[in-house]
Amino acid sequence: RCTLVLLFFFLLLNVYYSCVSSLYFHIGETEKKCFIEEIPDETMIIGNYRTQLYDKQKEEYLPATQGLGMFVEVKDPDEKVILSRQYGSEGRFTFTSHTPGEHQICLHSNSSKFALFAGGMLRVHLDIQVGEHTNNYAEIAAKDKLTELQLRVRQLVEQVDQIQKEQNYQRYREERFRQTSESTNQRVLWWSIVQTLILVAIGFWQMRHLKSFFEAKKLV
Amino acid sequence: MSGFLLCGWVLGSELTFELPDNAKQCFYEDIIIGTKCTLEFQVVTGGHYDVDCRLEDPDGTVLYKEMKKQYDSFTFTAAKNGTYKFCFSNEFSTFTHKTVYFDFQVGEDPPLFPNENRVTALTQMESACVSIHEALKSVIDYQTHFRLREAQGRSRAEDLNTRVAFWSIGEAFILLVVSISQVVLLRSFFSDKKTTTTRVGS
Repeated sequence: RCTLVLLFFFLLLNVYYSCVSSLYFHIGETEKKCFIEEIPDETMIIGNYRTQLYDKQKEEYLPATQGLGMFVEVKDPDEKVILSRQYGSEGRFTFTSHTPGEHQICLHSNSSKFALFAGGMLRVHLDIQVGEHTNNYAEIAAKDKLTELQLRVRQLVEQVDQIQKEQNYQRYREERFRQTSESTNQRVLWWSIVQTLILVAIGFWQMRHLKSFFEAKKLV
Repeated sequence: MSGFLLCGWVLGSELTFELPDNAKQCFYEDIIIGTKCTLEFQVVTGGHYDVDCRLEDPDGTVLYKEMKKQYDSFTFTAAKNGTYKFCFSNEFSTFTHKTVYFDFQVGEDPPLFPNENRVTALTQMESACVSIHEALKSVIDYQTHFRLREAQGRSRAEDLNTRVAFWSIGEAFILLVVSISQVVLLRSFFSDKKTTTTRVGS
């Protein structure tokens, strides 16, 4: 009977998680972990996370904890917050970029119950899918009633779309880089000229001032 | 942990995170024996663009250890079941924080039709699609690495731009201050001498 419960529990977990990447890391109670995603515009990002709390009595990580939530904050390249929500101990967040550039995804726990952590660490499983990887092909095949070949071609179309967006973004980045280099070039040129002029002017002023000073003192 | 037991394929993870100075960040993944895995990392911004990387197997044996590496790719086949750990360390740096990108591929990508039993071989069209898909995947991978290198160059250029402005203004200011104080000091030498002569006189 115990094994049946365990099996059911295992199946339930698997059905829910449906093969989410099990890469995980540890996060402290007040710690904020941020991840950067540099993406072109109109790109969708889906993030899945799962948290586990360390149980000191059992000396292992519990599968899920009630009342423990994670606060997810997403900032766009202009430092504007585009997503700021609290999720439970498991969550899934989605957003689409409207500006190309570095988006920052930050996670921190909302530990309202101090006792839960008790100086331990929280294990966070995280998976972030970008662009083409966000597509659920099984769903698309069912909705549009595509044959196998059509679905494969659809996947290729999505991939090429992503490549094209990235190339566009690259052009925009290169333009910015060029502007920065031009600006540096201008600055170096102007400041060198200005500094040389200041140096010459100061030299003249010094000599003239000292000459008049010594003449006044009747030493020259 | 139960997630990987029933799941034959585990998706790869690609993340970019910030590593503060004197910090170490570790990531863990449960891997099944016999899975071919690849860890690729690149330092995007910060200092000399180098980081320490260390990969350990479930028993703590170090599979890969490199100090102050800018970019590397390491492929291995999991010899044991369990939790593999890889860490990035910036402990040698005193004040520069680094941005590190890593891509940890575990196993193969999940097939497009996981529920199907492949009884018949792929048709020519299908196998052409599969090879195009693989080629496009490597295009996207190269694009990512190109973008990271470009980000590196761009951050250096922006840094240089602000430094040029800052130091130019600073230098002009120092120039003015030094020359004016030179004149003032020189004047003070002669002024002092005059007062001492008058004091001696009286």
